[in-house]
Amino acid sequence: MKDFENVSLPGPTVTPISQPFWESLKRGVFTLQRCNSCEEWIFYPRAHCPHCFSESLRWEEASGGGRLKTWSIVHRPGNPAWNHLAPYAVGVVELDEGPSILSHILADTHDYNYLQRVRLNILTPGEQPLPFFEIHEQEERI
Amino acid sequence: MNAAIVGVGELTPVRYSEGKTTLSLISESVIAALQDAGLEKTDIDGLLVGPQVGETPQHVPATVSEYLGIEPVMSNTVDLGGASGPGMIWRAAAAIQMGMCETVVCVLANKNEKGEVLKSPNRNPIREFDVPFGASGANTSYALLKRLHMEQYGSRQEDFAEIAYRARENAQLNPKAIFHGKPNTVEEILQSPMIADPLHLLEIVMPVAGGAAVIVTSEKKATTANHKPVFLKGAGEKITHRAISQAPDTLPFSYSIPKALQQANLKAEDMDLLSLYDCYTSVVATQLESAGLCEPGKFGDFLRNYSFAPDGEYPLNTHGGQLGFGQADLAGGMSHVVEAVLQLRGEAEGRQIPEVTNALVTGNGATLSETNALILGGTP
Repeated sequence: MKDFENVSLPGPTVTPISQPFWESLKRGVFTLQRCNSCEEWIFYPRAHCPHCFSESLRWEEASGGGRLKTWSIVHRPGNPAWNHLAPYAVGVVELDEGPSILSHILADTHDYNYLQRVRLNILTPGEQPLPFFEIHEQEERI
Repeated sequence: MNAAIVGVGELTPVRYSEGKTTLSLISESVIAALQDAGLEKTDIDGLLVGPQVGETPQHVPATVSEYLGIEPVMSNTVDLGGASGPGMIWRAAAAIQMGMCETVVCVLANKNEKGEVLKSPNRNPIREFDVPFGASGANTSYALLKRLHMEQYGSRQEDFAEIAYRARENAQLNPKAIFHGKPNTVEEILQSPMIADPLHLLEIVMPVAGGAAVIVTSEKKATTANHKPVFLKGAGEKITHRAISQAPDTLPFSYSIPKALQQANLKAEDMDLLSLYDCYTSVVATQLESAGLCEPGKFGDFLRNYSFAPDGEYPLNTHGGQLGFGQADLAGGMSHVVEAVLQLRGEAEGRQIPEVTNALVTGNGATLSETNALILGGTP
């Protein structure tokens, strides 16, 4: 697995709306917003629920489990800061709570399956811990 | 609709522009379109332009108007990425129909200098939630979409490569195309380097410098123009997301193409030319499926059954598409409009479709989010 220590990568551009998401990750907790009106889970953080337009939201810890909906093995990164880590994988993870998130997919080999189970693995490449995902070994290739 | 296209001006794409600015390419494109239409500078009373990363990010219509030396009474920036060109055409028609103006110039151009990388200073969700994970730029997003198509439908690399092969075969008939004289075999495309797996280098458009302007005017004024007018018969447009993780599970173009066909009271099979936005091979596949020309996932069979050449069953991107013509940033999207106009006027020299009455033109921006479609016809 690639070494993410001592690397300089562009971190998130945190906003007042998203700050609780990034702050929780610093405590090792993966939280998402949830709507108090329609109970849908929301990603990325917003000031309102995009499903029902309610402005009453709460933060709730998510399971960290999901399925790999699609992936790409990046050979020529769009941002040169990633060059020395290429080839690496990014993917879209459909979280068990409903929303989809784009993330870095950690694996020793880039051999993935459609809708394969993945789970959260919080890594800290720079200042800010990031919600990366890895293949969930126990449920691999079902 | 009460509007028609009466002039097109398209610069020959070059890999790198020297001694040019985006504004200078805009004026070259506009003057070429006016000459084509047989109109004067004083005829222009409307202006639609695109955003310009690096050179003029804000106040684009004012900057372009001042540079050109015009004072339009209707102007705007159309910010729909590769869908900006087709998006301008129906907006121009709508403004003409409302009586805001009579003759609109729609223009997109882009310089491309060696070693220069222009970056938009985004501080929005796609910057916050995509970039930190290693996903920057369009290649990764389109690779994710292509992988999803392959997994959901079992579509094959050979079939995607065939799309790029055919675009560059058509480019051999167009001396302006950047790939003219440089055909690719399917094997060469499959052997080209992986940029973002499953996308090969030769499945991706080549960035070039260039520009295109299209003049839209009232049907009344169109009758006095140099050429046979090309009529706007239908349009459809929809926006669904920005970041790829937020894309809906619906077929892209499943609203915009049927909507445009419905407005024109025509079917996809009635189209004599498919001028489909092709920044990547997979984008053509998804449009054939969205248009109902084949079942979802079955574009490979469609390719095996039908030819895309000008004299084939389904002439598709006869100018070479952007995959063969080159992509001058946002102006690449306008190349599909320009080709449809040339074909409908019977002026597509060396690649003219024998009988052509109707054309489907599409645009796409923000990774199959900003999708639109136009039906252009030789008769109202």
